[in-house]
Amino acid sequence: MPNSVPKLIVRKTRWWNSKWFDVLQLFVFMVGLVWVTFNGANQMGYNWQWYRIPQYFYEIIDGDFYFGPLIEGLFVTMEITAYSIFITLMVGLTTAMLRMSNSLSGRLLAWLYLEIVRNTPLLVQMFVFYFVLGPIVNLDRFWVGVLCISLFEGSFASEIIRAGILSVVKGQWEASYSVGLAQTDTYRYVVLPQAVPLMLPPLTGVIINLIKHSAIVSVIAVFDLTTQALDLIAETFMSFEIWLTVAGIYLVMTITLSVLVSFLERWVRQRS
Amino acid sequence: MPDNAISTETIIQIERVSKWFGDFQVLQDIDLTVRHGERVVVCGPSGSGKSTLIRCINRLEEHQSGRIVVDGNELDYNTKHIHKVRCEVGMVFQQFNLFPHLTVLENCTLGPMRVRGLTKKEAKSQAMEYLERVRIPEQAHKHPSALSGGQQQRVAIARSLCMEPRIMLFDEPTSALDPEMIKEVLDVMIDLAETGMTMICVTHEMGFARTVAHQMVFMDEGRIVENAAPEQFFSNPKNERTKLFLSQILSH
Repeated sequence: MPNSVPKLIVRKTRWWNSKWFDVLQLFVFMVGLVWVTFNGANQMGYNWQWYRIPQYFYEIIDGDFYFGPLIEGLFVTMEITAYSIFITLMVGLTTAMLRMSNSLSGRLLAWLYLEIVRNTPLLVQMFVFYFVLGPIVNLDRFWVGVLCISLFEGSFASEIIRAGILSVVKGQWEASYSVGLAQTDTYRYVVLPQAVPLMLPPLTGVIINLIKHSAIVSVIAVFDLTTQALDLIAETFMSFEIWLTVAGIYLVMTITLSVLVSFLERWVRQRS
Repeated sequence: MPDNAISTETIIQIERVSKWFGDFQVLQDIDLTVRHGERVVVCGPSGSGKSTLIRCINRLEEHQSGRIVVDGNELDYNTKHIHKVRCEVGMVFQQFNLFPHLTVLENCTLGPMRVRGLTKKEAKSQAMEYLERVRIPEQAHKHPSALSGGQQQRVAIARSLCMEPRIMLFDEPTSALDPEMIKEVLDVMIDLAETGMTMICVTHEMGFARTVAHQMVFMDEGRIVENAAPEQFFSNPKNERTKLFLSQILSH
């Protein structure tokens, strides 16, 4: 048979590779998970009282609007987070610059800080800050919490910032110096604008960790979301509902942040 | 080309300069005097220290002994002196080193605005002037990555000129270019030479050297082994190493 056209190989999609089966699998898994939870709770005789949860978000008493303890706690958590993000980035940038500086004592200080913070538990650091540093410099517990979390996350941020700065090639520094720019201007106008887009995704990870780790301030009785939840459970014994709700609130916070940063990333990429 | 008058005024004085990278001595007792308006071409085999030498002139490298005086400012540990020298000395790199996140125009205005204190408007009009001189004003609003190598190098020259330097250093400006782009860059450099700019060029473009150089410097193993006027350098080199180098580089 001359000029035979080779037979086209058609791969049929098998039913177990189809999209529908994929979705079905997820559905069955989720239903199973929910069933296991509720069945388990029923068997131990847990009394679900979801209807009592909304009042912990807000209450309207005599026509006046009040935030419930969960929202108040959320505000505190957000406040801690906001301050900590700022301080974390400052600490990270400073440490990164110290580590790359010519000053021997600067490098030593940065190294010492990184080793101590990375090699001790965050919980222990929080206690050291609260019981030792707090009384010495007369810091209230809110700021003890903020500082401790910032210094902890700052150590991770500093490595990311350092890697970002080092990824800018040497020629860029030299070009900047050769047109007479000082070191600070070189950082500000030449190096950081190129390094920041690279740092953004891993720094988002640090900030999400920061939000999650902020729950640890509950051990020094700062009234954040987690502390409020602990108190509510002590009063109401609704541990299932409240913990699930609190986890949901943290999830909403971190996912919102991720989405915002992905927009920011797109904006930065378009600009450059 | 018409020979500009070189003044007798010394603008760069290099005296017994040595430099080591670890145990390796890259520069050995270098002496070199450059007068105002003079054009010096430095050549030599790779690893001979020519780039290191000109990078010492604006302190991208630090010399360890000897003295370098640029336009009355000695390069020592005083950062003010270093800053002054960098403001007066422009540099063009082999790899162009344009700022990729800025447009061509912004590349040219950053230095003047931050260092010389020009307003945005002043810096822009000045940048356009120099971009016209290197013949690419129409690319002003593009980013460097959109330009060819030759165009990028011309922008790099314009960026340096925007600082209105008294001296220009060229570190193998055409070595990273495709052959057909070398000429456009050399043409711009010849134009610049005609304005009477003091220039030090590390290059292997011997045709260019013959056209513009007042002083030819040949380096080998960290020393200046021959320093002569171009006529003598090309027709009657004294040093054996220079002869060998020239025969290799000019033979084809």
